[in-house]
Amino acid sequence: MLRYFLTRLAGAVPTLFIIVTLAFFLIRAAPGGPFDQEQTLPPEIMANLQSAYGLDQPIWTQYRRYLGALLHGDFGPSFKYKDFSVTELIGQGFPVTLELGSVAMALALILGIPIGTFAALHHNRAADYATMSLAVVGIAIPSFVVLPFLGLLFGIYLHWLPVAGWEPGSLKHLALPVLALALPPLSVIARLVRASMLDVLRSHFIRTAFAKGLPLHTVIVRHALRPALLPVASYLPPAVASIMTGSLVVESIAGLPGIGRYMVQGALNRDYTLVMGMVIIYSTLLIAMGLLVDLLYAWLDPRVRLER
Amino acid sequence: MSTLIEDATRRLRTNPAAMCALLVLLCIVALTLIGPWFNPNSSETLDWSHVAARPAWAGAHWFGTDRLGRDLFARTLEGARVSLAVGLVASAVSLLVGIGYGAVAGYIGGRTDHAMMRGIEILSGLPLVFFIIFLTVIFGRSMYLLFWSIGAVGWLTMARIVRGQTLSIREREFIEAAVASGAGTARIIVKHVIPNVIGPVVVYATLTVPQIIMFESFLSFLGLGIQEPHASLGALIAEGAGEMEAAPWMLLVPGGLLAMLLLALNIFGDGLRDALDVKER
Repeated sequence: MLRYFLTRLAGAVPTLFIIVTLAFFLIRAAPGGPFDQEQTLPPEIMANLQSAYGLDQPIWTQYRRYLGALLHGDFGPSFKYKDFSVTELIGQGFPVTLELGSVAMALALILGIPIGTFAALHHNRAADYATMSLAVVGIAIPSFVVLPFLGLLFGIYLHWLPVAGWEPGSLKHLALPVLALALPPLSVIARLVRASMLDVLRSHFIRTAFAKGLPLHTVIVRHALRPALLPVASYLPPAVASIMTGSLVVESIAGLPGIGRYMVQGALNRDYTLVMGMVIIYSTLLIAMGLLVDLLYAWLDPRVRLER
Repeated sequence: MSTLIEDATRRLRTNPAAMCALLVLLCIVALTLIGPWFNPNSSETLDWSHVAARPAWAGAHWFGTDRLGRDLFARTLEGARVSLAVGLVASAVSLLVGIGYGAVAGYIGGRTDHAMMRGIEILSGLPLVFFIIFLTVIFGRSMYLLFWSIGAVGWLTMARIVRGQTLSIREREFIEAAVASGAGTARIIVKHVIPNVIGPVVVYATLTVPQIIMFESFLSFLGLGIQEPHASLGALIAEGAGEMEAAPWMLLVPGGLLAMLLLALNIFGDGLRDALDVKER
């Protein structure tokens, strides 16, 4: 187990390296630079700025220097937010984004799994059709439509919840963004669990469990749930990716001070280091998720052998 | 193959949800095409006597106007037209790339197949949205770029499906006959494999249309997609979300249409998939 984990961890390093390299050269291929403004700077100042940030060096030197600094955990200075390093900017915003994303993910799992199970147990009856129709709605409508609609209903018409804004530790301000972010993965999870639960419920060991006279909830919780969760495990990385992408827009609609805004702004401002930092954070998260899924698989299905 | 399509059509006809969705879709498409004919307002005219006007059936603007006095009905329809166009073209691009890649990987098999599928795995692990954001920033924001960049992302799933179909076709007698008669690999793939997988795969491509439309409006919402003065649903929703307190119709009209369009496409696509029972292998 440990050996497998370490091999996979080692395998993640080249992937991350490729991503960093691709992102580095792609963003530098973009026309314009970080110091382009409406008024053009005098050439001497421009030259000074360029050399202060090492942009006057050949691109290979810049690339080597960036990688070297990165190995020491240094993401470099931001080009646009003067006096801030990328580490500081991301360090300030990341806890907010992480809280938003992890609460949304937890909500999707906590609600999605029971809803899917419930639909499977009422297969082809009204409750099944009702939940699955709602699931289609949840999948089809993107969070940037859901969130303003929720804000209009609960914020402006009913005055229950704030439409936007942020206070540390305030659940009220998180409620709508979390709901909007959680809805698509929640719906997918409910669908996946329903389908796999239907398969599992037809299998022999479940029939045996019922024949022994075990009550329904024991059969579901003790026997059926674990194998039925396998597809959910493999859906986790795309779910995290969808929550990450969703948080780009949800944070901007709800006015949350997370790191979502840095991605688009950073790319538009040619804030090279900031964009690179964002790409690295997000890809690391995704890769880590993939690893976690492998371990989950082994736990959910003992037949899975990780060592090959 | 004709029987497969006939079977699928019959199964689809008995699915009321899918048929409803198809009806809604046809209505939306018809509206985007003929709407401009009976709407007296164009999407670009500024009507200064009706700025941010409420929707009124009797008035000049059925669905109200935006901050610049532009007719929201006309702009929403223009946005829907763009979304549909992007959805169709980008799906076609992803279909083209996916068929080529999947058929080659599936037919050649062995180590090549393994390497090609591993490539897809790596690509689908990347945060592709970020790369699209990069691409739109680097190459400027044109509609053609949108087609290509979104299509370039959509081909991954398509390639997997085509490969799965190819794997089962590869073992059939007519392929063996083609090999025996001395046809080259490229010729077999183009002449024998692709024509036999293309039917179900083209139909399956309808499932990618809503994903692509969602993606296009996501980019437009961020300001990276279709640019002013052209309208797009994503940009209209972004504008409406900022005005929702004073002028909720600016959000509800484009948001409602996008929601309806995506819902109908998803339900119809689900129905098609069930009818055809195509699986990713």
